[in-house]
Amino acid sequence: MQQSNAYIITFSVILTVVLGLLLSGTSQVLGPMQREAEALDKKKQILGAVISGEEIAAMTPQEVNEYYTNRISSVVVDINGEEVTEQNGAAVTAETVDIAKNYKKPAEERLYPVFIYHAEGSSDKVESYIFPLYGAGLWDAIWGFIALDTDMNTVGGITLAHAGETPGLGARITEPGVQARYVGKEIFDDSGDLVAVEMQKGEGKDYSSQPHQIDGMSGATITGKGVNNMLKDYLGHYQAYIESKKSNQAVAAL
Amino acid sequence: MSAETVEKAIEKKPAEAFLSKRRKKLVSDPLVDDNPITIQVLGICSALAVTTQMKPTLVMAISVIFVVVMSNLVISLMRNTIPSRVRIIVQLAVVATLVTLVSEVLRAFAYDMYKELSVFIGLIITNCIVMGRLEAFALGNKPYDSVLDGFGSALGYSWIILTVAFFRELWGSGSVFGIPVFDYISGIFGPDFKLATNGLMVSPVGAFVILGLIIWVQRTKTGYVEH
Repeated sequence: MQQSNAYIITFSVILTVVLGLLLSGTSQVLGPMQREAEALDKKKQILGAVISGEEIAAMTPQEVNEYYTNRISSVVVDINGEEVTEQNGAAVTAETVDIAKNYKKPAEERLYPVFIYHAEGSSDKVESYIFPLYGAGLWDAIWGFIALDTDMNTVGGITLAHAGETPGLGARITEPGVQARYVGKEIFDDSGDLVAVEMQKGEGKDYSSQPHQIDGMSGATITGKGVNNMLKDYLGHYQAYIESKKSNQAVAAL
Repeated sequence: MSAETVEKAIEKKPAEAFLSKRRKKLVSDPLVDDNPITIQVLGICSALAVTTQMKPTLVMAISVIFVVVMSNLVISLMRNTIPSRVRIIVQLAVVATLVTLVSEVLRAFAYDMYKELSVFIGLIITNCIVMGRLEAFALGNKPYDSVLDGFGSALGYSWIILTVAFFRELWGSGSVFGIPVFDYISGIFGPDFKLATNGLMVSPVGAFVILGLIIWVQRTKTGYVEH
């Protein structure tokens, strides 16, 4: 065998260059398709807050895109609920706001996208408002989207996802059965304070008469707490926007 | 059957049939008699982690087959040029490249699978079966034989994890490939009858139990004893 140092170094350099070229070539070729897949996945998650998972699973990618374009419009707001259209000279769109990156900034400086689910074709007939969520679970990041009905109080649906919660325990937040527990709950109490919805410790109890509490996940109390904090934080960040929509309706109702 | 005896066989037969008896043995040995999981007890980590459902397990199995076969082929082709002092790192570089390719392809064409499996696909690099076959076989054998050997080992790995996944999904979630089998069966016996699922099967403990049972059954049949 060739054992000289010069041979070993030459061999290693050639191997590294060849493998490096192969990988960067692949990345270049597949890059656009990967970005498309990621964008599609995000749309599916957003839609997941308002329509059921089975319905989404039955749609082809084109149908998802079409449905999204027809039914969702979006705005970006700041912590005061004011609409933001550009930042540092660049135009801002809700779809391109990276929630995870914004999470690292102080809450006052973050961008907050809002996805508005409306009746087909008419963006005035709003059916629900969808807000992104982001926080920490037990092991890693958790995130999701929550849909509020037009009263800005009742939860219409929620999708939750995670990066590394324990399978069978915390990872159950992705299950439709767990997410369904949020539907119909209310985020403001009678005096108008934001209390969000809190997942309780333990599982198997009936919380149907409690508007702000839902059944917990057995063995996943810390993940549950993470979800609670995430909900409270993000609904809090959106509170200004939520209140503004609420008062609009109060005026309209008069 | 260890790799050394196979190597001896190569020397005395320079030209042999495309699928000779010896070559068939390369593929069939790792299926039962020299199974990487149940006999050599390699690749246990991923066997526990990905086997809660059939679909991701199948993707994982195909990925492992691809990586083992291709890395065996590449290393075998290069076996006379690889300096022996850096051979491990060369093997690692080749395996890591192949695994990254698999992961990138999944990310582009099966994003849902990628989300579910991404960590475990990356961990194929550390799957002892891959490096084990490269060290023990591909470094000293011709490309075609190495491909067969890799295919056999990966197939041995695949059928075990698919079997584990079948029982874990059936008993843990009451379905197979996402089809709710338990619901259908329950339906036959009327509305009050309901087959219960076992939460233990969803957790990694369930994989240990199933794997233990498979090893038990297999060793009872083959009479294999650890030495």
